[in-house]
Amino acid sequence: MRTIKAETIIEAVAKMCVSANRYLPQDVRKRFEECAAAEDSAAAKEVFRQIKENWELAEKSGLPLCQDTGLAVYIVEVGEDVSVDGMTLREAINEGTRKGYDEGFLRKSSCDPLTRKNTGDNTPAIIHFDLVAGDKLKITFMAKGGGSENMSRVTMLTPAQGWAGIKKFVIERVAEAGPNPCPPTMVGIGVGGTFEYSAILAKKSLMRKVGEPSADPEIAKMEAELMEDINKLGIGPMGLGGKTTVFDVKIEMRPCHIASLPLAVNIQCHSSRHEEVEL
Amino acid sequence: MTTYSLTTPLTDEDIVPLKAGDVVKLTGTIYTARDAAHKRLTDLLDQGEELPFDLKGSVIYYVGPSPAPPGRPIGAAGPTTSYRMDAYAPRLYGLGLKASIGKGKRSDEVKQALKDNKAVYFGATGGAGALLSMCIKEATVIAFDELGPEAIRKLAVEEFPLLVINDCHGGELYAVPNLEAAGV
Repeated sequence: MRTIKAETIIEAVAKMCVSANRYLPQDVRKRFEECAAAEDSAAAKEVFRQIKENWELAEKSGLPLCQDTGLAVYIVEVGEDVSVDGMTLREAINEGTRKGYDEGFLRKSSCDPLTRKNTGDNTPAIIHFDLVAGDKLKITFMAKGGGSENMSRVTMLTPAQGWAGIKKFVIERVAEAGPNPCPPTMVGIGVGGTFEYSAILAKKSLMRKVGEPSADPEIAKMEAELMEDINKLGIGPMGLGGKTTVFDVKIEMRPCHIASLPLAVNIQCHSSRHEEVEL
Repeated sequence: MTTYSLTTPLTDEDIVPLKAGDVVKLTGTIYTARDAAHKRLTDLLDQGEELPFDLKGSVIYYVGPSPAPPGRPIGAAGPTTSYRMDAYAPRLYGLGLKASIGKGKRSDEVKQALKDNKAVYFGATGGAGALLSMCIKEATVIAFDELGPEAIRKLAVEEFPLLVINDCHGGELYAVPNLEAAGV
């Protein structure tokens, strides 16, 4: 059994919250350069120019990329041979979130769903734990903004609807969202599992690197096909028309009940902020 | 597409020439208000009380900025999605609001209110929070401090870059999704 001090986790999490909100990941930047070069319209090119100027300014000024610094979402792979000293792992991640959002001048956006009273420290964080073999702890962080999250949907298709039904549902959701979620967006799709698991699969898919297809060649083909079709919608950057409505499509799949075909679509804005740390 | 430089408060003469797709560089005073602040403003109106700022000729920016770091008047300050304010916006336009700034689609009721009141809906680039923050020179909380990021702030802006999304003649800039081309 390997012991990790809670303090180590708190510091690592706080640091990730700050840096992910300030520095747009290289995989996203690279993809945006490609997309900007492919656009013909002046409006689409101008949006990409502003996105680039924004990430340069965030780096220089220390301001976050976007005022919506999100709810803090974590996917945590916990080795079976790891124990945490000082407090529970959940407490340590929440404490790191509090510290990072406070010290980084990040917006606290967590509130009571009905009274709408702000919890004041951006906790509780959304944490998904996965138990894995080994003695390592891997924490992936994502700053998930509300505007794009609001455009996400879960549905239960029938098995007969199959791939055609999945495509139709996803394309219709992106069309319906239009300019609202800050396109170009990344679309995370969870297929299979159960009602709630499909949504977690969709969220996890958004944490994969941009431009990196699924390791399964069949799924990779579906991702490419869907991206091509969605981009024919012509919504374009910020909804002003253009070739890039989505800059990436990710699918995570898992077996489901013989009666079911759960499907979740999680939309991510262009400010796709994520980072990971292994302890 | 024409570029206009406008200064607040806005008048009918400022608004009427604007067409969807025009660029506007806005200078002057604008007020921040998003979900919770709109609810509070509406409650004040229902109770017959005064609003914390004069709506006549005014501009509301749908934004919940991040906290100001040392040496800056405000943190990142890009637009939030506007449709959530649709329930409140027509009433405010009816009382003199001349423009709102946000991102994303508006309801038919809001578009009608723009026509009825010679008003406009501007879009700013979503997610460009650091970039837009640079055009904000001063920021003061003037109401509902307890709402934190949702408090109403009075902002002094210089050449704030905007696009006319919905004009007062029924024009709209957003692309209509081509479902047929996408195979649906």
